[in-house]
Amino acid sequence: MSSIANRYPVHLKALIYGFIALWVIMAAFPFFWTLWGSFKVELDFFSIADWTNALTGSNTFNTYGSSFTTTGYRGAWIQEEFWRAAINTSIVCFFVVCTSLTIGTLGGYALSRSGYRYTFWLLITALMFRALPPITLVSGYLLPFFEWNLWGILPTTIIVLVAINQPFTLWMLHSFFQSIPKDLDESAKVDGCTQFQAFRFVIIPVMWPGVITTGLFSFLLAYNDFAVTSMLLSDDNRTMVPKIAAFLGTTYTEGNVMFAVAAVVSATAPLFILVMFFQRRIVSGLTAGAVKG
Amino acid sequence: MLLFIAFPLVSVVLQSVHTAHEAVLVTVENCGPFGCKKETTIDQDATSAIRAAEPLGRFVGLDIYFDRGHLAIAEVKQAWTSTESLSAFFQTIGNLPFYRSMAFTLTFTFTVTPVLIVLGLMIALAVNTLSERIKGLVIFVSLLPMIVTPLIGSLILFWMIDSRGILGNAIQWLAAEPDLSLKASTGLTWIMLIVYGVWHSAPFAFVVFYAGLQTLPMDQIESARIDGASRWEQVRYVIIPHLMPLITFVALIQLMDNFRVFEPIVGFNAEAHAQSLSWIIFNDLGGETRQLSAAATSSVLTIIGVAILLSPVLWRTWQDFKGKM
Repeated sequence: MSSIANRYPVHLKALIYGFIALWVIMAAFPFFWTLWGSFKVELDFFSIADWTNALTGSNTFNTYGSSFTTTGYRGAWIQEEFWRAAINTSIVCFFVVCTSLTIGTLGGYALSRSGYRYTFWLLITALMFRALPPITLVSGYLLPFFEWNLWGILPTTIIVLVAINQPFTLWMLHSFFQSIPKDLDESAKVDGCTQFQAFRFVIIPVMWPGVITTGLFSFLLAYNDFAVTSMLLSDDNRTMVPKIAAFLGTTYTEGNVMFAVAAVVSATAPLFILVMFFQRRIVSGLTAGAVKG
Repeated sequence: MLLFIAFPLVSVVLQSVHTAHEAVLVTVENCGPFGCKKETTIDQDATSAIRAAEPLGRFVGLDIYFDRGHLAIAEVKQAWTSTESLSAFFQTIGNLPFYRSMAFTLTFTFTVTPVLIVLGLMIALAVNTLSERIKGLVIFVSLLPMIVTPLIGSLILFWMIDSRGILGNAIQWLAAEPDLSLKASTGLTWIMLIVYGVWHSAPFAFVVFYAGLQTLPMDQIESARIDGASRWEQVRYVIIPHLMPLITFVALIQLMDNFRVFEPIVGFNAEAHAQSLSWIIFNDLGGETRQLSAAATSSVLTIIGVAILLSPVLWRTWQDFKGKM
């Protein structure tokens, strides 16, 4: 690899490094800026007089006697009861991931092992449903939910999110199971296993990488969803993302913008940790779909 | 899956051809000492009885599709006959909500997608030359804009771009115009949303292309070099053809995703200047009135749009499948 022909001339190298640096700043700077600013008062975060105020926090110092303040966080978490939204989000995410993985694993396995023509149509329908914007389906759910008095509670939202998520899970796990050789189940069956036993004792031990990757993406979908949760949940049951949107709608007054900033930082933190630990899985999940087309 | 997605779809289509019942009117004649007076009131009991009996509302066929809020056939026809020049015609049409949002959605989709593909490819090529240790860090950072919740990501950028935020300030300083506000003009709002769209989806393209670069056959590059190809020519004639299937894949996925652009509009508070189809649905559903049928109609129209965008993929998959059988 380190042949002379492969070496880059200096100006090209400088160009590449400059470009990478620019991209890294573009991608990361907004997050660090907001994290830094979330510990300031609004006058510093939105500084009209002098932009360096946002770095030094002079107004924050004048108000609280220190350049960092947790007022925004206290306001968001305690005064506006953001913790409730956080708990709701974890409930929704947990159940969505569990349910859709259970259905997706069984369904994906079955589809990958059956050779009938209808599997193609099922998968194509799944792909088409995946392409639909979730919000177009919401209006279909609303009327029956109003009629049956199911609107506004968490279980129905979980069901809807699972339904929206299912095509994607099914598609992804289907292609994952197809990469597990059929010989594995066949040899198990030769040894006297039934189809289900083959799945239980042979496939389940080797399927975890694919399942974890799919689970990650289901989690992201449930966590990031705004359209469905904001429409289907009543005010008390809101998850984090609609809650933040509600902050903006109702409390655009002095000081309360900082609540929203603090809430945004709090909601981003779990995603940060997730990317840190599962970077490799996320990358492989994204490319798995691509390589197979 | 069939139950929970296909059934709502049917429900959406059903709703879109119905509308709320008209109130039942009762005319009562009150005769007093000063002569008789006819009074028309709404019979609340009868109205709610009908509404309860048929919650869907009355059947109106395709009327909602053609009304002013959606396809606006009458208005378009009138504009076509009454205006002389094409530009005036388009201006009139641009004031109708459906066509306005359609214009934004299409502009957004077809600007963001090519730009993000080019940007993603450039990042992938650049990252590929880095040493192993920096690579991991760069990939980690690059994933952030994509993983973060769209609404939150757009809020973060929105705060920075506010005329009092750091980017807003910088732009004012660069343009030497202290009153410049990105939120006030339609064109700048569109550009802002498009920049956000690229920022949000470029990492996806990057990751996919980067994975593709790992499978690049080195001997092809080498033989190209022996034949005297410059670096640019290697990229142009060897690497890009090798990545072509991935480029189509990313383009299709992003076309579909950008077509349903919605959260950034809420996050950037840009409803006044830019509306997308999804936003119209959201707006109809929300608020006090909850115009279910209007929203359902827009949904059906959006679904048709998605289907049109998706048809090449379906065709290709069908060909693949037939080949396999």
